[in-house]
Amino acid sequence: MITFFLVLLQSGNEYNGGAVVAMVGKDCVAIASDKRFGLELLTLATDFEKIFKMNDKCYIGLAGLATDVQTLSEELKLKCDLYKLREEREITPKKFAHLVSSTLYDHRWGPYFCEPCIAGLDENNKPFICSTDLIGCINFAKDFVVCGTTARELYGICESFWEPDLGPEELFEVISQSLLNAFDRDSKSGWGAVVHIITPEKIITRHLKTRQD
Amino acid sequence: MEVLLGIQGKDFVLVASDALAITSIVAMKRNHNKTRKLNDNVLLMFSGEGGDSVQFCEFIQRNVQLNGIRRGYPLSTKAAANFTRVELAESLRSRHPYQVNLLIAGCDPDTGVPELYWMDYLASLKKLPFAVQGYGQYFCNSTMDRYYRPDMNLEEAKALMKKCINELKVRFIINFSDFVFQVVDKDGIKEIKLE
Repeated sequence: MITFFLVLLQSGNEYNGGAVVAMVGKDCVAIASDKRFGLELLTLATDFEKIFKMNDKCYIGLAGLATDVQTLSEELKLKCDLYKLREEREITPKKFAHLVSSTLYDHRWGPYFCEPCIAGLDENNKPFICSTDLIGCINFAKDFVVCGTTARELYGICESFWEPDLGPEELFEVISQSLLNAFDRDSKSGWGAVVHIITPEKIITRHLKTRQD
Repeated sequence: MEVLLGIQGKDFVLVASDALAITSIVAMKRNHNKTRKLNDNVLLMFSGEGGDSVQFCEFIQRNVQLNGIRRGYPLSTKAAANFTRVELAESLRSRHPYQVNLLIAGCDPDTGVPELYWMDYLASLKKLPFAVQGYGQYFCNSTMDRYYRPDMNLEEAKALMKKCINELKVRFIINFSDFVFQVVDKDGIKEIKLE
Protein backbone atom coordinates (compact mmCIF):
# COMPACT_ATOMS: atom_id res chain seq x y z
CA MET A 1 0.00 0.00 0.00
CA ILE A 2 2.89 2.37 0.68
CA THR A 3 3.94 1.96 -2.94
CA PHE A 4 0.38 2.79 -4.03
CA PHE A 5 0.56 5.98 -2.00
CA LEU A 6 3.88 6.95 -3.55
CA VAL A 7 2.37 6.44 -6.99
CA LEU A 8 -0.48 8.73 -5.93
CA LEU A 9 1.96 11.40 -4.76
CA GLN A 10 3.33 11.54 -8.27
CA SER A 11 0.15 11.14 -10.28
CA GLY A 12 -2.82 11.42 -7.92
CA ASN A 13 -4.13 14.36 -9.88
CA GLU A 14 -3.99 12.41 -13.13
CA TYR A 15 -5.56 9.11 -12.05
CA ASN A 16 -9.22 9.93 -12.72
CA GLY A 17 -8.79 12.92 -15.05
CA GLY A 18 -10.90 16.05 -15.30
CA ALA A 19 -11.00 19.69 -16.30
CA VAL A 20 -12.36 22.72 -14.47
CA VAL A 21 -12.28 26.35 -15.57
CA ALA A 22 -13.71 29.58 -14.10
CA MET A 23 -13.95 33.02 -15.72
CA VAL A 24 -14.85 36.58 -14.74
CA GLY A 25 -17.38 38.57 -16.76
CA LYS A 26 -19.15 41.88 -16.31
CA ASP A 27 -21.11 41.51 -13.02
CA CYS A 28 -21.09 37.75 -13.47
CA VAL A 29 -18.80 34.74 -13.20
CA ALA A 30 -18.82 31.38 -14.95
CA ILE A 31 -17.51 28.00 -13.85
CA ALA A 32 -17.46 24.88 -16.02
CA SER A 33 -16.23 21.31 -15.86
CA ASP A 34 -16.19 18.12 -17.91
CA LYS A 35 -18.21 15.07 -16.83
CA ARG A 36 -15.86 12.14 -17.34
CA PHE A 37 -15.07 9.67 -14.57
CA GLY A 38 -12.35 7.19 -15.43
CA LEU A 39 -9.48 5.08 -14.16
CA GLU A 40 -6.50 6.35 -16.08
CA LEU A 41 -7.53 5.74 -19.71
CA LEU A 42 -10.59 3.54 -18.98
CA THR A 43 -13.79 5.60 -18.94
CA LEU A 44 -16.36 4.34 -16.44
CA ALA A 45 -19.01 7.05 -16.30
CA THR A 46 -19.91 10.21 -18.17
CA ASP A 47 -22.08 11.94 -15.57
CA PHE A 48 -19.54 12.81 -12.91
CA GLU A 49 -19.91 16.51 -12.18
CA LYS A 50 -17.02 18.19 -10.44
CA ILE A 51 -18.68 21.49 -9.57
CA PHE A 52 -20.42 21.88 -6.22
CA LYS A 53 -22.73 24.59 -5.00
CA MET A 54 -21.78 26.06 -1.63
CA ASN A 55 -24.50 28.74 -1.69
CA ASP A 56 -26.40 30.79 -4.29
CA LYS A 57 -23.37 32.99 -5.02
CA CYS A 58 -20.45 30.64 -4.46
CA TYR A 59 -19.45 27.52 -6.41
CA ILE A 60 -16.36 25.34 -6.24
CA GLY A 61 -14.96 23.06 -8.92
CA LEU A 62 -12.68 20.23 -7.81
CA ALA A 63 -10.42 18.46 -10.29
CA GLY A 64 -8.22 15.59 -9.24
CA LEU A 65 -8.51 12.22 -7.50
CA ALA A 66 -12.22 11.31 -7.47
CA THR A 67 -12.24 10.01 -3.89
CA ASP A 68 -10.79 13.31 -2.65
CA VAL A 69 -13.19 15.30 -4.83
CA GLN A 70 -16.03 13.52 -3.03
CA THR A 71 -14.52 13.74 0.47
CA LEU A 72 -13.49 17.38 0.11
CA SER A 73 -16.77 18.56 -1.41
CA GLU A 74 -18.68 17.00 1.48
CA GLU A 75 -16.31 18.47 4.06
CA LEU A 76 -16.51 21.96 2.53
CA LYS A 77 -20.30 21.86 2.27
CA LEU A 78 -20.44 20.90 5.95
CA LYS A 79 -18.15 23.80 6.90
CA CYS A 80 -20.19 26.28 4.81
CA ASP A 81 -23.45 25.14 6.38
CA LEU A 82 -21.96 25.40 9.88
CA TYR A 83 -20.67 28.90 9.02
CA LYS A 84 -24.18 29.90 7.95
CA LEU A 85 -25.71 28.59 11.19
CA ARG A 86 -23.09 30.28 13.36
CA GLU A 87 -22.89 33.65 11.56
CA GLU A 88 -26.47 33.83 10.22
CA ARG A 89 -25.22 34.92 6.79
CA GLU A 90 -23.82 33.24 3.70
CA ILE A 91 -20.08 32.82 3.34
CA THR A 92 -18.52 35.15 0.73
CA PRO A 93 -16.34 33.61 -1.99
CA LYS A 94 -13.19 35.27 -0.66
CA LYS A 95 -13.72 33.95 2.87
CA PHE A 96 -14.60 30.59 1.36
CA ALA A 97 -11.30 30.61 -0.56
CA HIS A 98 -9.41 31.00 2.70
CA LEU A 99 -11.53 28.25 4.27
CA VAL A 100 -10.59 25.94 1.37
CA SER A 101 -6.96 26.95 1.70
CA SER A 102 -6.76 26.16 5.42
CA THR A 103 -8.73 22.92 4.96
CA LEU A 104 -6.21 21.76 2.36
CA TYR A 105 -3.23 22.88 4.41
CA ASP A 106 -4.57 20.88 7.38
CA HIS A 107 -3.46 17.88 5.32
CA ARG A 108 -0.03 19.27 4.43
CA TRP A 109 1.80 15.94 4.77
CA GLY A 110 -0.87 13.67 3.34
CA PRO A 111 -2.68 15.97 0.96
CA TYR A 112 -6.02 15.68 -0.80
CA PHE A 113 -5.09 15.26 -4.46
CA CYS A 114 -7.45 18.01 -5.59
CA GLU A 115 -7.01 21.37 -7.23
CA PRO A 116 -9.97 23.63 -6.52
CA CYS A 117 -11.31 26.53 -8.62
CA ILE A 118 -13.64 28.87 -6.76
CA ALA A 119 -16.07 31.26 -8.45
CA GLY A 120 -18.67 33.53 -6.95
CA LEU A 121 -20.08 37.00 -6.35
CA ASP A 122 -19.28 38.82 -3.10
CA GLU A 123 -21.69 40.81 -0.88
CA ASN A 124 -21.58 43.74 -3.37
CA ASN A 125 -22.04 41.35 -6.31
CA LYS A 126 -18.45 41.91 -7.40
CA PRO A 127 -17.09 38.88 -9.30
CA PHE A 128 -14.47 36.78 -7.55
CA ILE A 129 -12.49 33.80 -8.82
CA CYS A 130 -9.43 31.99 -7.56
CA SER A 131 -7.74 28.63 -7.61
CA THR A 132 -5.43 26.89 -5.17
CA ASP A 133 -2.90 24.12 -5.42
CA LEU A 134 -3.36 20.82 -3.61
CA ILE A 135 -1.97 22.15 -0.30
CA GLY A 136 -3.93 25.38 -0.36
CA CYS A 137 -1.72 28.07 -1.90
CA ILE A 138 -4.25 30.58 -3.28
CA ASN A 139 -3.92 32.08 -6.75
CA PHE A 140 -6.16 35.16 -7.08
CA ALA A 141 -6.95 36.07 -10.68
CA LYS A 142 -8.74 38.90 -12.46
CA ASP A 143 -9.47 36.98 -15.67
CA PHE A 144 -9.68 33.17 -15.50
CA VAL A 145 -8.44 30.17 -13.53
CA VAL A 146 -8.02 26.58 -14.71
CA CYS A 147 -7.20 23.22 -13.14
CA GLY A 148 -7.17 19.50 -13.83
CA THR A 149 -5.39 17.32 -16.38
CA THR A 150 -6.45 19.77 -19.12
CA ALA A 151 -4.89 22.81 -17.38
CA ARG A 152 -2.18 23.41 -19.99
CA GLU A 153 -4.55 23.26 -22.95
CA LEU A 154 -7.00 25.50 -21.11
CA TYR A 155 -4.38 28.15 -20.33
CA GLY A 156 -3.58 28.58 -24.01
CA ILE A 157 -7.11 28.73 -25.29
CA CYS A 158 -8.50 30.90 -22.45
CA GLU A 159 -5.64 33.32 -23.01
CA SER A 160 -6.82 33.93 -26.55
CA PHE A 161 -10.62 33.71 -26.08
CA TRP A 162 -11.13 35.67 -22.86
CA GLU A 163 -11.62 39.42 -22.85
CA PRO A 164 -12.79 41.86 -20.13
CA ASP A 165 -16.44 42.84 -19.48
CA LEU A 166 -18.23 39.93 -21.15
CA GLY A 167 -21.97 39.71 -20.42
CA PRO A 168 -23.51 36.43 -19.15
CA GLU A 169 -24.38 35.03 -22.60
CA GLU A 170 -21.05 36.07 -24.17
CA LEU A 171 -19.23 34.63 -21.17
CA PHE A 172 -21.15 31.37 -21.58
CA GLU A 173 -20.01 31.15 -25.20
CA VAL A 174 -16.37 31.93 -24.35
CA ILE A 175 -16.11 29.49 -21.42
CA SER A 176 -17.91 26.71 -23.33
CA GLN A 177 -15.77 27.01 -26.46
CA SER A 178 -12.59 27.23 -24.37
CA LEU A 179 -13.42 24.11 -22.37
CA LEU A 180 -14.72 22.06 -25.29
CA ASN A 181 -11.75 22.77 -27.54
CA ALA A 182 -9.25 22.30 -24.72
CA PHE A 183 -10.45 18.89 -23.56
CA ASP A 184 -10.70 17.53 -27.09
CA ARG A 185 -6.88 17.49 -26.86
CA ASP A 186 -6.90 15.57 -23.55
CA SER A 187 -7.83 11.91 -23.47
CA LYS A 188 -8.49 11.94 -19.70
CA SER A 189 -11.28 14.48 -19.77
CA GLY A 190 -14.30 15.35 -21.87
CA TRP A 191 -17.47 13.28 -22.46
CA GLY A 192 -19.89 16.13 -21.87
CA ALA A 193 -19.62 19.34 -19.91
CA VAL A 194 -21.61 21.46 -17.49
CA VAL A 195 -21.50 25.27 -17.27
CA HIS A 196 -22.83 27.45 -14.46
CA ILE A 197 -23.17 31.22 -14.97
CA ILE A 198 -23.62 33.08 -11.69
CA THR A 199 -25.33 36.48 -11.96
CA PRO A 200 -26.76 38.60 -9.13
CA GLU A 201 -30.32 37.63 -10.13
CA LYS A 202 -30.02 33.99 -11.09
CA ILE A 203 -27.84 30.99 -11.83
CA ILE A 204 -27.88 29.63 -15.36
CA THR A 205 -26.88 25.96 -15.59
CA ARG A 206 -26.39 24.33 -18.98
CA HIS A 207 -25.26 20.83 -19.91
CA LEU A 208 -23.25 20.59 -23.11
CA LYS A 209 -23.12 17.63 -25.47
CA THR A 210 -19.65 17.00 -26.80
CA ARG A 211 -17.57 14.47 -28.69
CA GLN A 212 -17.84 11.06 -27.06
CA ASP A 213 -14.27 9.82 -27.44
CA MET B 1 -7.70 -11.58 -10.79
CA GLU B 2 -11.20 -11.51 -9.40
CA VAL B 3 -14.29 -10.41 -11.28
CA LEU B 4 -17.52 -8.88 -10.02
CA LEU B 5 -20.35 -7.93 -12.36
CA GLY B 6 -23.62 -6.12 -11.86
CA ILE B 7 -26.50 -5.19 -14.16
CA GLN B 8 -29.31 -2.93 -13.03
CA GLY B 9 -32.58 -3.81 -14.71
CA LYS B 10 -36.10 -2.42 -14.60
CA ASP B 11 -36.89 -3.46 -11.03
CA PHE B 12 -33.95 -5.60 -9.96
CA VAL B 13 -30.16 -5.82 -9.98
CA LEU B 14 -28.54 -8.99 -11.33
CA VAL B 15 -25.07 -9.58 -9.95
CA ALA B 16 -22.37 -12.19 -10.48
CA SER B 17 -19.15 -12.87 -8.63
CA ASP B 18 -16.55 -15.47 -9.46
CA ALA B 19 -16.31 -18.29 -6.92
CA LEU B 20 -12.56 -18.73 -7.00
CA ALA B 21 -10.43 -18.15 -3.89
CA ILE B 22 -6.86 -17.50 -5.03
CA THR B 23 -3.67 -17.33 -2.96
CA SER B 24 -0.62 -16.58 -5.06
CA ILE B 25 -0.75 -19.13 -7.91
CA VAL B 26 -2.95 -21.61 -6.06
CA ALA B 27 -6.70 -21.97 -6.43
CA MET B 28 -7.67 -22.70 -2.82
CA LYS B 29 -11.41 -23.05 -3.26
CA ARG B 30 -13.96 -23.09 -6.08
CA ASN B 31 -17.16 -22.26 -4.20
CA HIS B 32 -16.10 -19.09 -2.43
CA ASN B 33 -18.82 -16.52 -1.67
CA LYS B 34 -17.60 -12.97 -2.20
CA THR B 35 -20.77 -11.28 -1.06
CA ARG B 36 -22.32 -10.14 2.23
CA LYS B 37 -25.93 -9.23 2.88
CA LEU B 38 -26.08 -5.76 4.44
CA ASN B 39 -29.81 -6.07 5.03
CA ASP B 40 -32.80 -7.73 3.36
CA ASN B 41 -32.48 -5.63 0.20
CA VAL B 42 -28.84 -4.52 -0.02
CA LEU B 43 -25.97 -6.74 -1.11
CA LEU B 44 -22.27 -5.91 -0.80
CA MET B 45 -19.82 -7.65 -3.17
CA PHE B 46 -16.10 -7.45 -2.65
CA SER B 47 -12.80 -8.27 -4.26
CA GLY B 48 -9.26 -7.50 -3.17
CA GLU B 49 -6.77 -8.47 -0.50
CA GLY B 50 -8.17 -11.63 1.15
CA GLY B 51 -8.13 -10.65 4.82
CA ASP B 52 -8.88 -6.98 4.24
CA SER B 53 -11.96 -7.54 2.15
CA VAL B 54 -13.71 -9.98 4.50
CA GLN B 55 -12.76 -7.97 7.58
CA PHE B 56 -13.92 -4.68 6.09
CA CYS B 57 -17.15 -6.03 4.61
CA GLU B 58 -18.18 -7.78 7.84
CA PHE B 59 -17.45 -4.55 9.73
CA ILE B 60 -19.73 -2.68 7.30
CA GLN B 61 -22.35 -5.45 7.43
CA ARG B 62 -22.62 -5.37 11.21
CA ASN B 63 -22.71 -1.58 11.41
CA VAL B 64 -25.44 -1.37 8.78
CA GLN B 65 -27.41 -4.01 10.69
CA LEU B 66 -26.85 -2.18 13.99
CA ASN B 67 -28.09 1.02 12.36
CA GLY B 68 -31.22 -0.81 11.20
CA ILE B 69 -31.91 -2.12 14.70
CA ARG B 70 -31.32 1.28 16.32
CA ARG B 71 -33.58 3.19 13.96
CA GLY B 72 -36.19 0.52 13.41
CA TYR B 73 -36.01 0.66 9.61
CA PRO B 74 -33.31 -0.59 7.25
CA LEU B 75 -30.68 1.64 5.64
CA SER B 76 -31.39 2.52 2.00
CA THR B 77 -28.96 1.45 -0.72
CA LYS B 78 -27.70 5.00 -1.16
CA ALA B 79 -27.19 5.45 2.58
CA ALA B 80 -25.38 2.12 2.90
CA ALA B 81 -23.14 3.01 -0.05
CA ASN B 82 -22.26 6.42 1.37
CA PHE B 83 -21.63 4.96 4.83
CA THR B 84 -19.27 2.42 3.27
CA ARG B 85 -17.54 5.18 1.31
CA VAL B 86 -16.89 7.30 4.37
CA GLU B 87 -15.46 4.33 6.29
CA LEU B 88 -13.18 3.37 3.37
CA ALA B 89 -12.11 6.98 2.76
CA GLU B 90 -11.13 7.34 6.42
CA SER B 91 -9.17 4.10 6.23
CA LEU B 92 -7.40 5.30 3.05
CA ARG B 93 -5.58 7.99 5.05
CA SER B 94 -4.62 5.62 7.86
CA ARG B 95 -1.41 3.66 8.23
CA HIS B 96 -2.96 0.44 6.88
CA PRO B 97 -5.74 1.16 4.39
CA TYR B 98 -8.17 -1.63 3.48
CA GLN B 99 -7.46 -2.75 -0.08
CA VAL B 100 -10.92 -3.70 -1.20
CA ASN B 101 -12.98 -3.02 -4.32
CA LEU B 102 -16.75 -3.14 -3.98
CA LEU B 103 -20.04 -3.30 -5.77
CA ILE B 104 -23.18 -2.44 -3.81
CA ALA B 105 -26.48 -3.64 -5.24
CA GLY B 106 -29.80 -2.82 -3.68
CA CYS B 107 -33.48 -2.38 -4.29
CA ASP B 108 -35.91 -0.22 -2.36
CA PRO B 109 -38.43 -2.61 -0.72
CA ASP B 110 -41.29 -0.09 -1.01
CA THR B 111 -40.79 1.59 -4.38
CA GLY B 112 -38.89 -1.25 -6.07
CA VAL B 113 -36.27 1.17 -7.46
CA PRO B 114 -33.00 -0.71 -8.09
CA GLU B 115 -29.58 0.86 -7.52
CA LEU B 116 -26.05 -0.26 -8.26
CA TYR B 117 -22.93 1.42 -6.89
CA TRP B 118 -19.31 0.92 -7.88
CA MET B 119 -16.47 1.72 -5.48
CA ASP B 120 -12.71 1.14 -5.74
CA TYR B 121 -10.07 0.83 -2.98
CA LEU B 122 -9.56 4.61 -3.10
CA ALA B 123 -13.22 5.02 -2.05
CA SER B 124 -14.40 6.70 -5.26
CA LEU B 125 -18.12 5.99 -5.29
CA LYS B 126 -20.16 6.04 -8.49
CA LYS B 127 -23.72 5.01 -9.23
CA LEU B 128 -23.79 3.10 -12.50
CA PRO B 129 -26.40 1.26 -14.58
CA PHE B 130 -23.96 -1.62 -15.05
CA ALA B 131 -20.63 -2.17 -13.38
CA VAL B 132 -17.66 -4.49 -13.44
CA GLN B 133 -14.91 -4.75 -10.87
CA GLY B 134 -11.44 -6.15 -11.49
CA TYR B 135 -9.78 -7.17 -14.76
CA GLY B 136 -13.22 -8.02 -16.12
CA GLN B 137 -13.66 -4.28 -16.73
CA TYR B 138 -11.43 -4.49 -19.78
CA PHE B 139 -13.53 -7.30 -21.29
CA CYS B 140 -17.12 -6.73 -20.20
CA ASN B 141 -17.64 -2.95 -20.24
CA SER B 142 -17.79 -2.88 -24.03
CA THR B 143 -20.19 -5.84 -24.18
CA MET B 144 -22.47 -4.12 -21.66
CA ASP B 145 -22.21 -0.78 -23.50
CA ARG B 146 -23.42 -2.50 -26.66
CA TYR B 147 -26.31 -4.57 -25.30
CA TYR B 148 -27.48 -2.81 -22.12
CA ARG B 149 -30.89 -1.15 -21.94
CA PRO B 150 -32.26 0.50 -18.76
CA ASP B 151 -35.65 -1.23 -19.09
CA MET B 152 -34.33 -4.80 -19.26
CA ASN B 153 -36.32 -7.62 -17.67
CA LEU B 154 -34.66 -10.47 -15.79
CA GLU B 155 -34.45 -12.81 -18.79
CA GLU B 156 -32.76 -10.14 -20.94
CA ALA B 157 -30.34 -9.27 -18.13
CA LYS B 158 -29.50 -12.97 -17.74
CA ALA B 159 -28.77 -13.19 -21.47
CA LEU B 160 -26.46 -10.16 -21.24
CA MET B 161 -24.74 -11.59 -18.19
CA LYS B 162 -24.14 -14.81 -20.13
CA LYS B 163 -22.57 -12.82 -22.97
CA CYS B 164 -20.18 -11.17 -20.50
CA ILE B 165 -19.23 -14.44 -18.79
CA ASN B 166 -18.68 -15.98 -22.22
CA GLU B 167 -16.39 -13.08 -23.18
CA LEU B 168 -14.31 -13.78 -20.06
CA LYS B 169 -14.18 -17.51 -20.90
CA VAL B 170 -12.93 -16.75 -24.42
CA ARG B 171 -10.45 -13.93 -23.77
CA PHE B 172 -9.39 -13.86 -20.10
CA ILE B 173 -6.36 -15.94 -19.11
CA ILE B 174 -8.04 -17.29 -15.99
CA ASN B 175 -10.82 -19.80 -16.55
CA PHE B 176 -13.41 -19.22 -13.87
CA SER B 177 -15.18 -22.53 -13.49
CA ASP B 178 -17.98 -21.12 -11.41
CA PHE B 179 -19.84 -17.90 -10.75
CA VAL B 180 -22.35 -17.08 -8.04
CA PHE B 181 -25.40 -15.31 -9.49
CA GLN B 182 -27.76 -13.33 -7.32
CA VAL B 183 -30.81 -11.19 -7.94
CA VAL B 184 -31.65 -8.27 -5.68
CA ASP B 185 -35.24 -7.06 -5.99
CA LYS B 186 -37.95 -5.67 -3.73
CA ASP B 187 -38.65 -9.14 -2.29
CA GLY B 188 -35.05 -9.60 -1.17
CA ILE B 189 -31.87 -11.29 -2.30
CA LYS B 190 -31.89 -14.73 -3.86
CA GLU B 191 -29.31 -16.91 -5.53
CA ILE B 192 -30.17 -18.10 -9.03
CA LYS B 193 -28.70 -20.42 -11.62
CA LEU B 194 -27.81 -19.37 -15.15
CA GLU B 195 -28.21 -22.34 -17.47
